[in-house]
Amino acid sequence: MEKHKDIWVVAEQNAGVLSRVSLELLSCAARLAGELEEVTGSRPGVLAVVTGGENPREIEELHRHGADGSILALSPLLEDYRTDLHAAVLADLVREKMPEIVLFGATAWGSEVAPGVAAKVKTGLAAHCADLKINPQGLLVQSVPAFGGKVLGEILCPDHRPQMASVRPGVFPAVPVDNPAPVQPVMAPPNLGSEKGRIKVLEVRRQEISGRPLEEAEVVVAGGWGVGSKENWQLLEELAELLGAAVGCTRPALDEGWTAGEHTMIGTSGKAVRPKVYVGFGISGATHHVVGIKDAGLVISINTNPRAEVFQYSDVKVVADARSVIDALIAELKVGKKD
Amino acid sequence: MSALTIVVCVKPVPSPDQYHQVGIDPETKTLVRQGIPTVINPLDKNALEAALQIREKHGGRVLVVSMAPPAAEGNLREALAMGADGAYLLSDRAFAGSDTLATSMVLAAAVQKLGAVDLVLTGNESADGGTAQVSAQLGEWLGFPHLMHACGLEVEGEGLAKVDTVRDGCRVVYQVRLPAVVSVVRGVNRPRFTSLMGVLAAGKKPLTVWSGDDLPVDRDFLGLEGSPTKAGEIYEPDLTRRAEPLEGSPEEIAGQIIRKIRAAGLQL
Repeated sequence: MEKHKDIWVVAEQNAGVLSRVSLELLSCAARLAGELEEVTGSRPGVLAVVTGGENPREIEELHRHGADGSILALSPLLEDYRTDLHAAVLADLVREKMPEIVLFGATAWGSEVAPGVAAKVKTGLAAHCADLKINPQGLLVQSVPAFGGKVLGEILCPDHRPQMASVRPGVFPAVPVDNPAPVQPVMAPPNLGSEKGRIKVLEVRRQEISGRPLEEAEVVVAGGWGVGSKENWQLLEELAELLGAAVGCTRPALDEGWTAGEHTMIGTSGKAVRPKVYVGFGISGATHHVVGIKDAGLVISINTNPRAEVFQYSDVKVVADARSVIDALIAELKVGKKD
Repeated sequence: MSALTIVVCVKPVPSPDQYHQVGIDPETKTLVRQGIPTVINPLDKNALEAALQIREKHGGRVLVVSMAPPAAEGNLREALAMGADGAYLLSDRAFAGSDTLATSMVLAAAVQKLGAVDLVLTGNESADGGTAQVSAQLGEWLGFPHLMHACGLEVEGEGLAKVDTVRDGCRVVYQVRLPAVVSVVRGVNRPRFTSLMGVLAAGKKPLTVWSGDDLPVDRDFLGLEGSPTKAGEIYEPDLTRRAEPLEGSPEEIAGQIIRKIRAAGLQL
């Protein structure tokens, strides 16, 4: 395994816009490079690998978050959502350049492409890692959640390379570096052969994402089944607007059809958030939701049931009806705005 | 189009509504999941429902495949009661400790043994491990095109299927050439309940058990030994916080919440 050395972050882009999780992963990769250096004595390179139809805008952002270099595999065939082609191109690059570690964002795109790449190169892949670190043997220790996050298990990939992991948005902070490396991308034009033609994109319907992105919000207002109705949910959204907060939800609220969609779900199968303040209304406290708020600063929970599980995972416990507190908060904040 | 053969891969998992009871034995450092019943992974029921709906429209047969210990027979009987035509339990001590690459290899070997399969359906992820990796890796082992996140699925003529998928911030509709592997999300349908008639019929349907020797497995990727990933220590993260109570009228509570938000350094 002597030849393997670099750490790659597969930087996802959507129509030229880089995904934020890619920047989070570059910051993580830069930390891992430091940890590897302590074990092996030499610092591996941190490379951002971009596949797609065009040059990503703001490619310097990759470097500002820890990339030493970048590899661009661009082709018009990679323009749309051909995950099969992206996986084929990345597998070819991995075989050719032999990185030590490859990290993917566990977005819809990454969670589809990463297992394809791992199966093509016949290596291990750890899903939805909650933590990544280097052990004294220089191996990547990947902590993965099981049973909705109730249990974490460490995964190693000792004998196969690269060691591959996926990480959900928001798990690691994106940390800008002081002296970014110069932008000098290496072009790696893909050779797209046999896999064409079996999958065709018929239609792409973009959905307008309203509201603030959860991953970047300083305040998150979240609701669960106890919010009770679509009408109450609209008040929750009004409250979020007044607080300058992003709106998150649990699975039951999503299933009721109250929310803005799957992208607002917090937890094991949704997003991890790290706001300064999280206020949860009518949330029971199922493990798979609360693991998504473990990095929140202050957690305030409002629930009518004094024995609700969620209170164990809250800094502030309010036994009350969600609607009554939402109404009172809206009234109070509106008065405040008039002053 | 000739009659379709649809394979649905199902995984028996500890019932997801009881994961708060899962823990770790402090002595043995092993997982404790006593008393939690084993059920069919919920999303795999959605996959089975999708298969049954396709069969109702186009004819053909639906076969359920599961890699699991012998006790999973009861779960497969339930799948048969829902309407599957036959079930295959892939059970062998040699499969124990399989990671997703090794698991998908065994499932692929079963699909290969079944012969002319048009469509393989799975849930997008399992409730217990939740890696969401098996469907794509199954597609790779089989050399079939594969798509995830399906919220809509229609088989068209000429060996093609239309697959509507949910992605971050958009919906993408694909056309895929069969045979293919497709994994579904919750929104795709509501799985039917089993009827008494279904349960009675299930007892007479074929349930076949295959071991590693019955299947064209790749010995290099079999079980614990053949899995690239190795499990290390397990632990329970401590997520508990202090739960300081806040009391009073809704107005008083609102006032206190706002003060706490301001105290956390935010301007309102």
